Amino acid sequence: MRKKLFFLILAGALSLSAQAADKIKIGFIGTLSGPGGVIGVAIRDGFQLGLEHAGGKLGGLPTELLIEDDQQKPDVAKQLAERMVKRDKVDIMTGIVFQNILQAVEPTVLGAETFYITPNTGPTDLAGAACNPYFFAVSWASDNYSEAVGKHLNDKGFKNVFVITPNYPGGKDVVAGLKRYYKGALAGEVYTKLGQLDYAVEISQMRAAKPDAVFLFLPGGMGVNFLKQWQQAGLGKDIPLIGTGWSFDQDTLAAVGEPTLGALNAAHWNLDTNNPTNKKFVADFEKKYGRLPNEYASQGYDAAMLIDGAVRDVKGKVEDKPALRRALEAANFKSVRGAFKFNKNHFPIQNYYLRQVIKDDKGRFVNKTVATIFTDHSDAYVAACKM
Amino acid sequence: MTWILFLEQCLNGLQFGLMLFLLAAGLTLVFGIMDLINLAHGSLYMAGAYLVATLTQATGSFMLGVTLGIAATALLGMALEVLLLRGLYKRDHLSQVLATFALILIANETTRVIWGVQPLTLNVPDTLSGSVQLLPGLTYPAFRLTIILVGLAVAAALYILVVKTRIGMLIRAGASNRQMAMAMGTDIKWLFTAVFGAGAALCALAGAMLAPLLAVEVGMGESILILAFVTVVIGGIGSIRGAFIGAILVGVVDTFGRAFMPTLLRAALPPSFADAAGPALASISIYLLMVGVLFWKPRGLFPVGS
Repeated sequence: MRKKLFFLILAGALSLSAQAADKIKIGFIGTLSGPGGVIGVAIRDGFQLGLEHAGGKLGGLPTELLIEDDQQKPDVAKQLAERMVKRDKVDIMTGIVFQNILQAVEPTVLGAETFYITPNTGPTDLAGAACNPYFFAVSWASDNYSEAVGKHLNDKGFKNVFVITPNYPGGKDVVAGLKRYYKGALAGEVYTKLGQLDYAVEISQMRAAKPDAVFLFLPGGMGVNFLKQWQQAGLGKDIPLIGTGWSFDQDTLAAVGEPTLGALNAAHWNLDTNNPTNKKFVADFEKKYGRLPNEYASQGYDAAMLIDGAVRDVKGKVEDKPALRRALEAANFKSVRGAFKFNKNHFPIQNYYLRQVIKDDKGRFVNKTVATIFTDHSDAYVAACKM
Repeated sequence: MTWILFLEQCLNGLQFGLMLFLLAAGLTLVFGIMDLINLAHGSLYMAGAYLVATLTQATGSFMLGVTLGIAATALLGMALEVLLLRGLYKRDHLSQVLATFALILIANETTRVIWGVQPLTLNVPDTLSGSVQLLPGLTYPAFRLTIILVGLAVAAALYILVVKTRIGMLIRAGASNRQMAMAMGTDIKWLFTAVFGAGAALCALAGAMLAPLLAVEVGMGESILILAFVTVVIGGIGSIRGAFIGAILVGVVDTFGRAFMPTLLRAALPPSFADAAGPALASISIYLLMVGVLFWKPRGLFPVGS
């Protein structure tokens, strides 16, 4: 009798642990205020739209989303991450915009074996030797966009390109990516102070150097400032401007307008990316938030959809970490960018497109996809990843 | 490097310096006369830029937008002085710093609530959007030339106001010895409000001139406030002349540092070292200038009072 009872309890306990969790907790830390806040807000809006499309239940599990603002400060982000991992015990984390913030948070999150899905920054060390079973990039490796620009410049026979980027590790990564595919000469290579306001000095240098194109990597407000001043200087007629998609995202185009017209840029997604998921995403985003989405928002949306697919695949058993990892690796969801799969380093294999800024029939400045630069492109670091 | 490029960089330096002067003039007066450290000076600049951008869009005219925006910012500044800052004059500098820092946070959040996180659009008015040929081979953006002219005009007007008029005399009296000026029966209360309003108007003018060139966004005031403080300290606290010379010095040194330092270093040092050190040195050039000035003249170039 006693033995029977014991087995009954044991069976009960076993069936309990094999049952699905009753909810999933997602920790979202992103830069939502300050000059970099525009990007974090786009990612958050995209993620929330994804959650809404999943009926508030990612993979069928009631979803609790904790959103915090890191104020673009590594120390603030680290504290928030510790609280989410240790006290709130979140299952999956996401949201960070900037590489230096991610670097501060990553030991806490990955050390506690909590899944991290980066909706934006894709540090190249995490794509290579430091790749981690709990880390997934739904976005790109940080030099993918500039690799695409370099390939385009090289294919089109550009010989003398002027490069401008802020003087910080991210800027140097981007230039390294450009040089991996662009083999022509550099008319000039300028590293400016991060957050510089006025680019008159550099624009004068460009005028004097007479390059056949200017490559810029100036994210956020820096790009807005540069583009306004660039048009002012009247160089746009003679020298084509080309950059990464980050300098020509929809929020920047809306803020700068006219000076961006005609500029070329590379990205993995666009408003006109032709698939039903993206059409629904763009239409619903505009309806919900009253503006067009940018690639940051698309990455936030895809992060939510990736989780949705994986949780559904493990039938809600999010505490079974090996199974959840395999489900995330399988990436069983429909991305707004079209074809998507993870490489063995958990970074995407995807297409990169050349886009050009045009004025659409409603008079808005938008990107139009003009060519495919890379098909099923990976990154330069995957070989170093032993996973 | 050609002479044309050199001349162009001189103009760039002058233009940047004159913009700094507009901000530093208000800051130095408030700092010198009222003995108030106003960290929220940059917030008035931001408010000016936002108001000018909004009013330009609403009225459809840049001139009208600028005029109304400046007036509105001046009123905002005066209201701030009467309602809040007046109570801070007698406090020590730490309290002033804390209170005005709080103002920055409040201003940024309020701006975000009203206008949102996305930067505002304000493009250069059509009549000034082209370039002007100054010399054969030297074309310069018309709007930047306008900024230089406006900056010089304001500097001249301020000079006449401060040196030649009765109000200017009161301002100078207040700057060199506040107690004595009060003892002589100057209506300090009214003077302070007026000076603060004028400082706010200059901020708004700087915001209006820079808004077509820079992103009108939350937090735009803080990045430029530091440069304005450097200018004030180099020029000597409370001195308009010091603010002018200091601003031009900072503008030119910063411009030349960025324009020529990397090239010069590359000629003198191994390329790998020069490439790493050039941008770094260029971005600290104005702080080196400040250290140099303060080493030889601890109270700035044109100290006020004795």
